[in-house]
Amino acid sequence: MHIERHEIEKLATLARIAINEDTISDVTARLSSVLDLVDQLQAIDTDGVAPMSHPMQSTQRLREDEVTELNQREALQAVAPDIEEGLFLVPKVIE
Amino acid sequence: MSSWETVIGLEVHVQLATKTKIFSGASTTFGAEPNTQACAIDLAMPGTLPVLNKQAVHYAVMFGLAIDAEIAKESAFERKNYFYPDLPKGYQTTQLEKPIVGRGNVEIQLADGRTKNVRIHHAHLEEDAGKSLHEGDFRHGVSGIDLNRAGTPLIEIVSEPDMSNAEEAIAFAKKLHSIVTSIGICDGEMSQGSMRFDVNVSVRRTGAAELGTRTETKNLNSFKFMEECIAKEVERQIDLIEDGGTVLQETRLYNGDTKVARSMRSKEEANDYRYFPCPDLLPVILTDETIEELRRNLPELPDARQARFVAQYGLSDYDAGILAYDSAMAAYFEVATARSGSAKLVANWTMGELAARLNSEDISIVKSPVTAEQLAGLITRIADNSISGKMAKEVFEGIWDGEGNADDIIETRDLKQVSDSGALEQIVAEVLAANQAMVDDYINTDEAKRKKKLGGFMGQIMKASKGQANPQQVNQILAKKLSELL
Repeated sequence: MHIERHEIEKLATLARIAINEDTISDVTARLSSVLDLVDQLQAIDTDGVAPMSHPMQSTQRLREDEVTELNQREALQAVAPDIEEGLFLVPKVIE
Repeated sequence: MSSWETVIGLEVHVQLATKTKIFSGASTTFGAEPNTQACAIDLAMPGTLPVLNKQAVHYAVMFGLAIDAEIAKESAFERKNYFYPDLPKGYQTTQLEKPIVGRGNVEIQLADGRTKNVRIHHAHLEEDAGKSLHEGDFRHGVSGIDLNRAGTPLIEIVSEPDMSNAEEAIAFAKKLHSIVTSIGICDGEMSQGSMRFDVNVSVRRTGAAELGTRTETKNLNSFKFMEECIAKEVERQIDLIEDGGTVLQETRLYNGDTKVARSMRSKEEANDYRYFPCPDLLPVILTDETIEELRRNLPELPDARQARFVAQYGLSDYDAGILAYDSAMAAYFEVATARSGSAKLVANWTMGELAARLNSEDISIVKSPVTAEQLAGLITRIADNSISGKMAKEVFEGIWDGEGNADDIIETRDLKQVSDSGALEQIVAEVLAANQAMVDDYINTDEAKRKKKLGGFMGQIMKASKGQANPQQVNQILAKKLSELL
């Protein structure tokens, strides 16, 4: 299946990935070849096969509802580019 | 207006009352210092993995059982991808294909006595996002992010578009509030965002088969805002169409302070969330044993409690409904009734004087300055005729202001009602003797009009007793004594 250039551009925008002009045709070709593999999988008859949520034959373990993580704000904010009054600062976002 | 009908569906976010986050062991306590309850998992530090909170899963199942829904024995988590600073992972872990709670039903009661069934499409588990703070003393062009709320467990309840006006939508929202607080899976504190409502509204010409284009107004956290917002949105859509325009499918935000809604984003440019199964979480399996155990231990539901209040305490359907739907008020009522033995008096005072004072001062009943035990003390004194209704209000005020229990206040303010019939007879006799002119006037008045003259005697008698005479008894004694003089 061929993926169009404008679809790559849209995906890049959604994923916040910068793809420059030099590489966009290469990326388009490579993603198209991945989709060719998907096409092969799609051709398999899966009637009567239950969809799989996860490849491991195992189920989710559950955790008891007890506080185990205590305040480590200082350590965790040590790597933040900008903080103030305990808040992480980011470029202004308003919706 | 009559040629239009409204179609409303709700998406309701309910914060689950767990001690910790859905995928981490960080606390969910409200109101902590910013980012002191955001651990490495909540912050999406590289290498961290989610571990699902058992209590959150159980609470979701309890909700499903409460609305008689299908419970998925196998459910799974997906990633909903979008970028926003209050979502450190770049995706929200949520459920799409296999939600934990399937189709269910919620019955609502309407003001005219009708009931209506609202179908629940499904309810799924997901995580809450953090908070962005735009106000404050930040430098220009900067927002602050508090991630304490990030990872708080939510269930999102999605209704079918079964409501056709604001009244039904509010009744449904209140019923959900009643259910989740009654079964103890949510604290119900709307002002803290514990329940948030997204309202989908569309209009169509009466009888039209096709649904109109809907808008979604997000994050309403009060019933009053919901009502205002629906009224305005319905009017806006009808005006728009009647003026030849078309309704755009869009997300809107309603500002409860300014009463203005604005468009947040249009669905056309929207959001392609690129959902896919979350590889970090395995399928969640529920056994029949677990589901049955949760069913057995499910607390009393509001409808059952209402029926019990009617049967056990002899309350009217209406009164029982008001008391039973608010689980905190129901608990208060039952404690005060058990202590005083006077269900009807407790019901009247709880829904009357107490509710009015709590509302006017915006205090929740769990923090009432008059405790259920104290109200019971007051009711006991009303029931045994120690104090009159008027005195009771004074005593109530005293308890509210922290002056002590009913008996202390009755004692210190000398409010004891005189119900001793010998003492009352004497007071009445004295008043009649001292007011011969009034007595003559009474005797000479036409029988049909005599009743109007009684008030004058009552006033004198209450004055003579310093307001402490039992009015019902005085009435009887006065009527008897006057009839003897005729």
